[in-house]
Amino acid sequence: MKKLMIAASCALAMFATGAQADERNLRIAFDVPYEPFEYKDENGELTGFEVDLAAAMCEEMKADCEFVIQAWDGMIPGLLARKFDLIMSSMSITEERAERVLFSEPYYNTPGGWFGPDSFNADVTDMGAMKGKTVGVQRGTTMDTFVTEEMSGVVTIKRYTTADDMVLDLEGQRLDVVFVDYPVGEQTVLTKKGFKEVGEPVKLGEGVGVAMRKRDKDVAEEVNAALRKLKEDGTYDAIMKKYFAYDVKV
Amino acid sequence: MPPDFIAAWLNKNDIFTAMTIMEYWDGMVTTVQLVFLCLIIGLVFAVPLAILRTVKNPFVSGPVWLYTYLFRGTPLLIQLYIIYYGVAQIPGIQETFWWEIFREPFYPALLAFTLNTCAYTTEIIRGAIISTPHGEIEAAKAYGMNWFMRMRRIVLPSAARRAVQAYSNEVIFMLHSSAIASVVTIVDLTGAARNIYSRFYAPFDAFIFVALCYMVLTFILVFAFRKLENHLLRHQRPVGS
Repeated sequence: MKKLMIAASCALAMFATGAQADERNLRIAFDVPYEPFEYKDENGELTGFEVDLAAAMCEEMKADCEFVIQAWDGMIPGLLARKFDLIMSSMSITEERAERVLFSEPYYNTPGGWFGPDSFNADVTDMGAMKGKTVGVQRGTTMDTFVTEEMSGVVTIKRYTTADDMVLDLEGQRLDVVFVDYPVGEQTVLTKKGFKEVGEPVKLGEGVGVAMRKRDKDVAEEVNAALRKLKEDGTYDAIMKKYFAYDVKV
Repeated sequence: MPPDFIAAWLNKNDIFTAMTIMEYWDGMVTTVQLVFLCLIIGLVFAVPLAILRTVKNPFVSGPVWLYTYLFRGTPLLIQLYIIYYGVAQIPGIQETFWWEIFREPFYPALLAFTLNTCAYTTEIIRGAIISTPHGEIEAAKAYGMNWFMRMRRIVLPSAARRAVQAYSNEVIFMLHSSAIASVVTIVDLTGAARNIYSRFYAPFDAFIFVALCYMVLTFILVFAFRKLENHLLRHQRPVGS
């Protein structure tokens, strides 16, 4: 009987190690806090849209995942140095980054939002109505590129380094309207009295993707398959509804 | 073949096109306007303030001392933030005619730069005034000149000669300090460089080019001040040079 137990536990152990070899170990990096994408709740638990999505993705891939906190500056270097295997921290897909890392298909794209004072009543898509208005954007963002390309010569464009400075000038009436990443505007402008959304959100750029090392092509395939599955079976929509009142799906 | 090489390089790069060069040019015009105006206004106010600063009565010299102490004791960036963002927060300012001036970033920046450079220039001129040799003043008194005439004929001209070298430094510092105007949305030289950097993600190209622009401006200033010094200080040159 004892022998049988030992044999059984040995077999179990072998089976377990065998299973572990099949299962992927993935370390996923987040830069916190970046609400509502990744942040720590009151109990110190890591949570947010991308964290939930990452957990669902790991389940779909049957991978054993570990979540790592990494500051933004060291994201790509940390990935390349194998400190972790995936970045799911709102990293927009750009040509410059794609030269160094491998991106999955985009898994979300927040629109740019138009925000202004309650008294603002022009149609932001009507160039005639917008003529002579002063628009604030954050320098170098997709919103900056959009306004520069579509509205140069019609509106006066003012470029800011931080969203805070821009919102101060909107409050001080130096700007008629700002065009900013929707979640940022939601938290900085809409929380103030006397301000509202003044136009339809505009989707810009390719969106945000999972970043991986260039050689991990097999991981990328699995990640893409898992993300596609989550988008189709409704899991993605359920997670999205938990954090957003608007559509970020791509 | 260097010329072919340069032509090929110019054709290849997409950063230094006619459009971006124009952006740099507009930025240079803004920088020069801003610095020139603040230096002129600052100098005009600095001369009487420096004279007041040397007066013995503390009720006259005290406020000037406090002003130069405040503006030399705090960073220009902080002064600019206070004037640009602070003024917009004053309740009701948007309804007054002042808002016409303070709405645009140019005038708040001009005000901050002027107050700052005026404080430094006041101290430079004051230093030159109090180092006037006593003998010159006594000689002027012996001739029966009153205070005003002494100031105009003896003290200020010789003070100007002593101040010009220190003042040329202040002018160059002011040119370089004006780079912070770009934080309040003014597209000066630095603002143009930052816009172009963020568009092409090419920090070396964008910033080295703008550094060269500042260097050219600095060389022009150094050259002009050397001419001025040669003119003002020609009595100090050896005979026949």
